Amino acid sequence: MKKSVFLGTLSLAALAGGLASAATLDDVKARGVLNCGVSTGVNGFSAPDASGEWQGFDVAVCRAVAAAVLADPKKVKFVSTTGQTRFTALASGEIDILSRNSTWTFSRDVDLKFTFAGVNYYDGQGFMVSKALGVSSAKELDGATVCIQTGTTTELNLADYFKSNNMSYEPVPIETNAEAQQQYLAGACDVYTTDASGLAATRATFADPENHIVLPEIISKEPLGPMVRHGDDQWSDIVMWTLNALIAAEEYGVTSANIEELAKGTNNPEINRLLGTEGDLGAMFGLDKEWGKRAIQAGGNYGEIFAANIGESTPIGIARGLNAQWTQGGLLYSPPFR
Amino acid sequence: MTRTIAYVRNQMQGQEPPPVSQIGAIRWMHENLFSGPLNSILTILSVLCVGWIAQHIGPWFLNAVWNADSLAECRQILQGETGACFGVIKDRWHQLLYGFYPQDSYWRPNLAAALLLVALAPLLFPDVPRKLIWFSLLYPAVGFFLLWGGSIWPPLVALAGLAVGFAAYAALIKTSSLAATIAAIIVPILWWLFVSGPLGDALAQATPGLGLRSIGSDEFGGFMLSIIIGVTGIALSLPLGILLALGRKSDLLLVKVICVGFIEFIRGVPLITLLFTASLLLNYFLPPGSNFDIILRVIIMVTLFAAAYMAEVIRGGLAALPRGQYEAADALGLDYWKAQQLIIMPQALKISIPGIVGTFIGLFKDTTLVVFIGLLDPIGLSSAIRADTDWNGIYWELFLFIGALFFIFCFSMSRYSMYLEKKLKTDHR
Amino acid sequence: MVATSEPPKASFRLSMLIYDTRYRSLTIQVVFLMLFMAGAAWLIDNTIQNLRALGKDFNYGFLSVRAGYDINQMLVQYSNDSSHARAMLVGLLNTLFVAFLACITATVIGVMAGILRLSKNWVVARLMTVYIEAFRNVPLLLWIIVIFAIMTESMPPPNAFRGDDAASSMLLFDSVAITNRGVYVPEPLFGRSLGNIDIGIFLISVDLLAIIAVITLSVMANRALLRNALRVQEATGLRPTTWWKTILILIAPLVALLVALGFHFGYPELRGFNFVGGTHMRNSLVALWLALSVYTGAFIAENVRSGIQAISHGQSEAAFALGLRPGRTMSLVVLPQAMRVIIPPLISQYLNITKNTSLAIAVGYMDLRATLGGITLNQTGRELEAMLLMMLIYLIISLMISSAMNLYNRSVRLKER
Repeated sequence: MKKSVFLGTLSLAALAGGLASAATLDDVKARGVLNCGVSTGVNGFSAPDASGEWQGFDVAVCRAVAAAVLADPKKVKFVSTTGQTRFTALASGEIDILSRNSTWTFSRDVDLKFTFAGVNYYDGQGFMVSKALGVSSAKELDGATVCIQTGTTTELNLADYFKSNNMSYEPVPIETNAEAQQQYLAGACDVYTTDASGLAATRATFADPENHIVLPEIISKEPLGPMVRHGDDQWSDIVMWTLNALIAAEEYGVTSANIEELAKGTNNPEINRLLGTEGDLGAMFGLDKEWGKRAIQAGGNYGEIFAANIGESTPIGIARGLNAQWTQGGLLYSPPFR
Repeated sequence: MTRTIAYVRNQMQGQEPPPVSQIGAIRWMHENLFSGPLNSILTILSVLCVGWIAQHIGPWFLNAVWNADSLAECRQILQGETGACFGVIKDRWHQLLYGFYPQDSYWRPNLAAALLLVALAPLLFPDVPRKLIWFSLLYPAVGFFLLWGGSIWPPLVALAGLAVGFAAYAALIKTSSLAATIAAIIVPILWWLFVSGPLGDALAQATPGLGLRSIGSDEFGGFMLSIIIGVTGIALSLPLGILLALGRKSDLLLVKVICVGFIEFIRGVPLITLLFTASLLLNYFLPPGSNFDIILRVIIMVTLFAAAYMAEVIRGGLAALPRGQYEAADALGLDYWKAQQLIIMPQALKISIPGIVGTFIGLFKDTTLVVFIGLLDPIGLSSAIRADTDWNGIYWELFLFIGALFFIFCFSMSRYSMYLEKKLKTDHR
Repeated sequence: MVATSEPPKASFRLSMLIYDTRYRSLTIQVVFLMLFMAGAAWLIDNTIQNLRALGKDFNYGFLSVRAGYDINQMLVQYSNDSSHARAMLVGLLNTLFVAFLACITATVIGVMAGILRLSKNWVVARLMTVYIEAFRNVPLLLWIIVIFAIMTESMPPPNAFRGDDAASSMLLFDSVAITNRGVYVPEPLFGRSLGNIDIGIFLISVDLLAIIAVITLSVMANRALLRNALRVQEATGLRPTTWWKTILILIAPLVALLVALGFHFGYPELRGFNFVGGTHMRNSLVALWLALSVYTGAFIAENVRSGIQAISHGQSEAAFALGLRPGRTMSLVVLPQAMRVIIPPLISQYLNITKNTSLAIAVGYMDLRATLGGITLNQTGRELEAMLLMMLIYLIISLMISSAMNLYNRSVRLKER
């Protein structure tokens, strides 16, 4: 009997877990919480701090979406996913967004039935080596031992790169970033390869970052972005335009410092539309007028989020590079809010 | 009157102490450590081994730093000496124990753990008042309410299912005992499936203030998660294991085949594949659109896994029982369930206690595998802590802490099983 | 058993199905079967619906597609141009390989620890108790991670071997290098190799076959020799000296063959980033192997101890009375009898080792789970197919081991009475 009681109570929990239906927005609103899949811990992108709050660049995207939809950036439930479980978690409806440096590829978009809601970070796979090794180019890595995180696109890129350059290597597959770092620092592998941003983030945590260099070769294109399920266009629009709002805000100089000021009305109609003082863009996808304003207020515009989590003033110290605005020679280009 | 004969000593000599080699430490060492060349070699080797370990680990412990907020600070304090940096434990102990459970609600898991001990007491120790068993029956609902929070109504309504079942039984027992038994099983199930959910929600909405703050499974983690999975798995796997064992010994061919198939399948695959099934495949097997809590899915899988092992342990106990016991039960005219309940099971379970506790310990240790499906158990948290810039590169201190916690739990379980074995021993061998 | 007896409508004829013991078991079975079938049908129906909703199908075609990733430890030929099925085979062999190694060492460790725990030597017995309790009460996963971390952190990297005043040096006359990338040992090479035979799935070395054949023949010849000696002994009471003949028969042909094949060792040497040459036992393999054998060894030690204690004291006392020394008593009297108690749990420990190899995930050892259930699953997105296939393979391995156990149990039971 004891058993049955327990099952009974737990089945309640199960029902409370909710059903994933086509309209994710309605689910999220009804639930009052956004379920967001993040990685189990990459410094600067997503990691829990001492008080258990998730922090990071990927986390900020979720917070912005939560602010836009639920009017509170804190109403996010972070679900830590591994390289292996992330897609299933999204497909099964356990999470509403996967914001976990996942690369936008054809097969993931088409075959795995997901939709990428834009790119929040343009990345590429790189190599990190110790300076003591005296290597200055990835072409000199013939015969090296290479640490890779499994379950990602990096394995295939690596195999292709070494093959096309007629070099051999010894792969050391590792499950998590933390372990890969341990292996690399102890010298169990000569090279650590993953997305260049991840390399920078990892390098920043070393006791002696100056003794390690990221090689100039970037062997792949890794556009990373938040993913949602295929087939719910309203929801993917919301995520995509929240991201665009952050990017556009930077372009137009809307920051968390001046947003209250600007929200009173400006002479730039684009800003007015973005912040909801003119027109009602939000209503077109089921949100209110001020969604954009709230999304930007959650953590600032794209540039602020970047600077706070992974920018040059942080220990991670990533330069904007490709992730600068198109006006600054980067690739960030938000379609117009009109 | 003492007669004195010249050659007889009339004063007793005081006792001489035994030779130095036959007393105290020396004798003990001679008997226990250096009784032969092989033994001497083994002793010396062991002492050297212990000494070597102490020499390498000793300084590390002695120089331990407790007051530091980051590994860098530790290194600064140590200034190149080897030394442990237990600052990480001080900084993050609450995460290792409770995961991301809100700090102001730590009293809830603490209270749940304390009540768990109370609920276990009548099962573990015979001297505790028997009445307490009622609390043990209530405990699942209490524990659930304390840990997950939310409105008080859903657990209450779920508990009411028991009362409903009992009422159905009482109403029908006059007419037919069979119908009453069936009703006692079916009615609560129907209640839980169809009534308790809506009713609980309705009551919860009617009285919104009544309850605790709801805390989602994603905030569970650390040792608390291991204990939740372990304890529910243990509690559920024992009855399931008994049923499976009976099914495997059953005369009913079909029941037997299915039970054997189930047991062999579960025992044949690694737990990790079952956990991956829980996280990757379960949404294929459930009705489209349904999705339920990952912790619950893991508990189900762990329970099934442990139940199969439990079934084999209990089957061993059943097999060890002399045939005469079964025949005696038949001779008394007991039916199958009565015979099981009064004669067979008490003895079979007693025989299988070491195996059962062994399975429990194994299950508890296996809860660490949930790290591979992204749940943050202590080992998962140790990686998450390392992902933080402050604590990057810290290993041994965390492993030591986690290992020690597991050791305490598992070791006390195995000691308890020894105590139980000794207490229940009735034969005189 | 919850709903084993759903009542049919209470009519006179049908009630016999429940109350009449002749029919009752039939009723229960039919109801049980119906429930079981309904459950199975429900699961399958859900799966079909879900697959359709996701626009996926159920097929194993992906197994013949190019895998595209590399595997570091291969017991058979494999490159990233091979198929996923091939990658699966490589993973399976790696699983079996580490399981085999761990079974052997766990048995050795376990038997020694089990006997030593019963030793009269206080220090040794305590030390073994500490070992057994420490390993039995801490999760295997933690031990694997700890041992892997120890191997990584405390062994020198290949770099340390470089230069004139290297921080580390190779052991055993420069033939073995222990690094944090693994252990490099000399590999056997054949100067006049006979080549390989391709049997379709993998290559078999003819040299190896020749060596096995010669050893088998030598052993058989030696058996014949010993049998002959026994016959002479029984007939005449004098046993002819055989020891030098035995040595000659066992060793000479093998040496001759090895010389003929041009046998020599290939030593590892530091070249470029890594040691080159020799056999490379990767850290992941060593850590997993060590952890599995030491952990399972603790369990086997307990089995051995209880097996020995199950033998009544009279046996060892009788042996002492015959004047046998403790060592001989153990090996001639106690252990042979204890074997019957020890072996069944021992085999189930082997089963555990095989299943626990799936924890290779923690150290990045490329076993079946890492290839088929890891990278292949991830790259192709075929969770259902890959997981089912993987479970099936593990199931088959386990069933083979447990049928071996059943065979053994049966043979023991026959001898018993």
